[in-house]
Formats: sequence, C-alpha cells, structure tokens
Amino acid sequence: MAKRIDVSGLNAYYGSFRAIEDISMTVEPRSVTAFIGPSGCGKSTFLRTLNRMHEVTPGGRVEGKVMLDDENLYGAGVDPVSVRREVGMVFQRPNPFPTMSVYDNVAAGLRLNGSYKKAALDDIVEKSLKGANLWNEVKDRLNKPGSGLSGGQQQRLCIARAIAVEPNVLLMDEPCSALDPISTLAIEDLIGELKERFTIVIVTHNMQQAARVSDRTAFFNLAAVGQPGKLIEIDDTERIFSNPSVQATEDYISGRFG
Amino acid sequence: MDITTQDAPPPTPQPTQGERKRAARGATRPGDRVFLGLARGSGIFLLLIMAAIAVFLSWRAAIAISDNEGNFLTTFEWNTGTQPPVFGIAVLAYGTIISSIIAMAIAVPVSVAIALFITHYAPRRLSSPIAYVIDLLAAVPSIVYGLWGALILVPQMDGLFGWLNDYFRWTGVFSWEEGAPRSMLTVGVLLAIMILPIITNVSREVFNQVPQMHEEAALALGATRWEVIRMAVLPFGRSGIISASMLGLGRALGETMAVATVLSPDFLIHGSLLNPGGGTFAQNIAAKFPEADEFGQDALIASGLVLFVITLLVNGAARMIIARRKEFSGANA
Repeated sequence: MAKRIDVSGLNAYYGSFRAIEDISMTVEPRSVTAFIGPSGCGKSTFLRTLNRMHEVTPGGRVEGKVMLDDENLYGAGVDPVSVRREVGMVFQRPNPFPTMSVYDNVAAGLRLNGSYKKAALDDIVEKSLKGANLWNEVKDRLNKPGSGLSGGQQQRLCIARAIAVEPNVLLMDEPCSALDPISTLAIEDLIGELKERFTIVIVTHNMQQAARVSDRTAFFNLAAVGQPGKLIEIDDTERIFSNPSVQATEDYISGRFG
Repeated sequence: MDITTQDAPPPTPQPTQGERKRAARGATRPGDRVFLGLARGSGIFLLLIMAAIAVFLSWRAAIAISDNEGNFLTTFEWNTGTQPPVFGIAVLAYGTIISSIIAMAIAVPVSVAIALFITHYAPRRLSSPIAYVIDLLAAVPSIVYGLWGALILVPQMDGLFGWLNDYFRWTGVFSWEEGAPRSMLTVGVLLAIMILPIITNVSREVFNQVPQMHEEAALALGATRWEVIRMAVLPFGRSGIISASMLGLGRALGETMAVATVLSPDFLIHGSLLNPGGGTFAQNIAAKFPEADEFGQDALIASGLVLFVITLLVNGAARMIIARRKEFSGANA
C-alpha cells in the first residue's frame, strides 16, 4: 500500500508570487516525515502540492515533478481527483461533514469510489474507526452527527475518514494545533500505529512533536518575507535535532532563530 | 497637611436599597435602556399589528360567512350581490395551490442551479454580472410581469400547449380543448419567473457561506466538483434552500396583478392545466373588489383570511421540516 514520494524541482505559485522554490526530496514509505519551519515558509503549501490540493486555491499552480513510486502526479492526463483518492489528507482544523452522522462521515470517501454492500461498508467503517482509535468512544453513537464529538474525537474521525479509502499516502497539516494535550497525545500514538501501513507526511509547528513522532525531518525556511520558501535540509530526525548539518536549522530548533 | 487631607479617601456613602438592587442586576447605562426600549417596543408593535389584522379579518369574514347560503368551503360560485348570497372558495383554493405548485416545481430547481452556477462554477468576472441581473429581475413590478405575460408569454405558450396536448393528452392533465392558453399552467410559468430571483438570491447567499474547510474535506477525499456540491454544499444549504423556497412560495401564493392580467378566470375547477379558467384568491379579490358592495367586500375578506391560513400552514410545515434535522444542520459545527 504505502508508496515512496520522490519530488524534484518543485515550484508552487499563488498567481505570480512564487511561494516555494525548487524543492527536491524523497519521502520513504512506511515512515513519518515531519516538515518544520517558521510561518510562511511554504511547508503547508508544499504539503498541498503532494495531493494536488494547491491548485484548488484561486491562482495556485505548480511546476515540477512529484513521483508516487513510478507515477508522476503532475504528468499530462493525470486526473487530480484520482490523485486525491490515492493521497489522503487531514487538515489543521477538524472538519467532519456537519450534515453527516459519524458513520456517514467515515463512509463518505467509500461512497465516492463506488457502491458497497451494507455489510461490507459496516466492516470498513468499523475497521477504520478502530484504526483511528475511536471505535470504543463512538460505537454507540454511529448515527449521531459527527460535529457533536469533541475536537480531538472529530480529528480522529477525520483520520478514520481519510484511511477508510486505503490511501497510499496520508498527509497531515498541523493535525494537533487545534487540540488539547491529551487529544494531541492520542493522535501522536495513532500516527505511530498508522505508519505501519501508510507513508505519512506531517506539518507541525511543535518541534517536540516532530521529534516524538517522525523518522525524518525536513526544515524549511525563507530568506525574508515576500521571498519564496526553500527546503534547507532533510535528514533523520535524530540527527536534525542533535547535530544538523546547516547552521540555520540549529538556530531554529534551539530557538535562536532571527 | 493639605496634601494628606487630599489623599485621604472620601467617606463612602451607605448605598440605599434601590441602589443595592441596581447593583445586583449590574450597572445599566442610559444607552442600553433606550435601545432595550426601542427593541422591545418594535417587537410588541409588530405583534399588535398582527393581532389587529387577524381581528379585523376574522370579524369582517364572520359577518360574510354567517349570511352565506352556500357552503363556504365547497361552493363553486361567487355571487355576493344576490339574495340570498351564495359563494365559496373551492375554486380559488384549488387555483392558488395548483399555480403555486407549478411555479415551485419550475422555479426551485432552476434557482438552485443558477445559484450553484454563480457560486461554484462561473468565473468571477461572469458571476457578479449574473447576480446583478438576477437582482434587477426582483425589482421589476408585478404588473410589468403581467403585461409581459399577457402580450408575449401567452401567445408563445401555444406551441408548448399543442405539443403537450399531442403527446400527453392521455394523462388528462395536459389536454387542451379550447381557448387561448390563459390557463393555470401559463400562470404557473409566469409565477415561476417572478419568484426565481428571490429563491436564487437567498440560495446564493447560503451557498457562499458553506465553510471552505468542508469543501476541502470533500475535495481531499477525491470528490469531483459535483460530488463536492452533493456532499458538502447542498446538505449544508438545505435549510437555507427551504427558507428561500418559502419566501418564493409566499410571493406566488399572494401574487395578484400578474395572475389577474394573464388568467382568463371562471368559477370552475378544470382537470386539465391547459384549459383556460379557474382563479386564485388574490386574483379574485382584485377582480371583484372594485364593484363589490360592503357585503361583497366582507366575502372577499373571508377568502383573504383563508389565504392567510394557508400561508401560515405552509410556513409551519417548512419550519417542522427544518427542525426535524436540526442536529445535522451544520449550525453547530
């Protein structure tokens, strides 16, 4: 299931403004890769280029290559809709569909992909909710609205919704920034379990979180406001946090950033 | 010495009982009191006006109905000048409801489609001119719609009526025996055009308020643009669409001049929507009022009261539909 992501020469634009410049990196399958960096450095933009969500923003466009194993996501004739079915995403603010029940939220992606028998759908919904460590909390209220859950539960519901369609890659854009520490811990534990099955990329502002959950860490930075963001370095998380090869990385993670 | 006396705290006056009470409620400022008075007064004023209208209508209607020799609900006649008077609202109720149903059946889907086009499909430089034109449509007076309907729409309906008669005559609803197409179907089409702008505008506002994050959630699951609309936009806008439709329906039920100009009225219920004839509450009042004596006016007011009740029932039903799925409305997200 999990696939390798190979990015080369990637630039992303908002209209004529270049938000990220010439990024190349490899993301290993069955691992967690964290993106860290100051606000505005383009890490979220870069994440959104990996499932072609960037071009949904008015004026958004992308140049370069993103290979998912041997398929170029930006190749001619590639349908962004099918890319997004392969590369799932979890957003910063929990966004379960408020008009759907817990069950329907998890089944939403499956119903897009085709028709399932009721029993098969039940199985996948249960499996996905268990996969998101949410089953025990919601099994008696599957028909209640998803928006009635707590923030942390909603975010795990969104994770269940994303993994229900068995994507190859799971992108997470600051998934814990709207959550309290206990919910954050639950999600971090979950990320550790999910990496057995998926390639995971996570954007985070919390450097302890990056250190806790990720195998590899990429540091992004920008020269000045209005300049495009760049990838400074990507390395094993342990090395980034103990002995990074670039001075800017060390300044950032030790709080001497300026 | 001077300095120390200035620094000494002034003696605290003991609060009176009234002051204590105010303190318990929290401080009130004159601005708050004025605004509270204005708001409360406006609310009470509205209720008083509604009550006054209801009392006036009921009183005059009661006079008319008590002298009526026919059954008010089932009589197919409107003779208020004869002795004894015989009149009933059966034809009017049928005509009002049928023409409004036709109008809603045409206007709601078209309006929702226009609103979706403006908010989710049209490029920005196209969507604002379209929205502007729709706003203009809402500002056209209804007598102008009526004249347009009588002079242009009615002759144009000949072709449609002939076609419906050729292929769907067997249904009974679409048979066309005689007369110019000044029938319930034409009225329904005209009403549909008239209520289109209001339903479109309200739906557009609602669709614009669908949170970006819900649409992105659907997109990230691999939804096409139509699937995003089906998963995130339409369910979120559901109660708004119902409210918009109710506003349109209110206008269709009460529309007077346009119906009076287009319809050729009689006091019969026609099974076919194509044969001219029938009438609506508002059209009947407009047609009969100028020549009615006082009793005739009372009878027309009685019919108006029935329209009032129908409107109340329809709005109540709509509120129930909205309330039934309140949990899933998205308002708590």
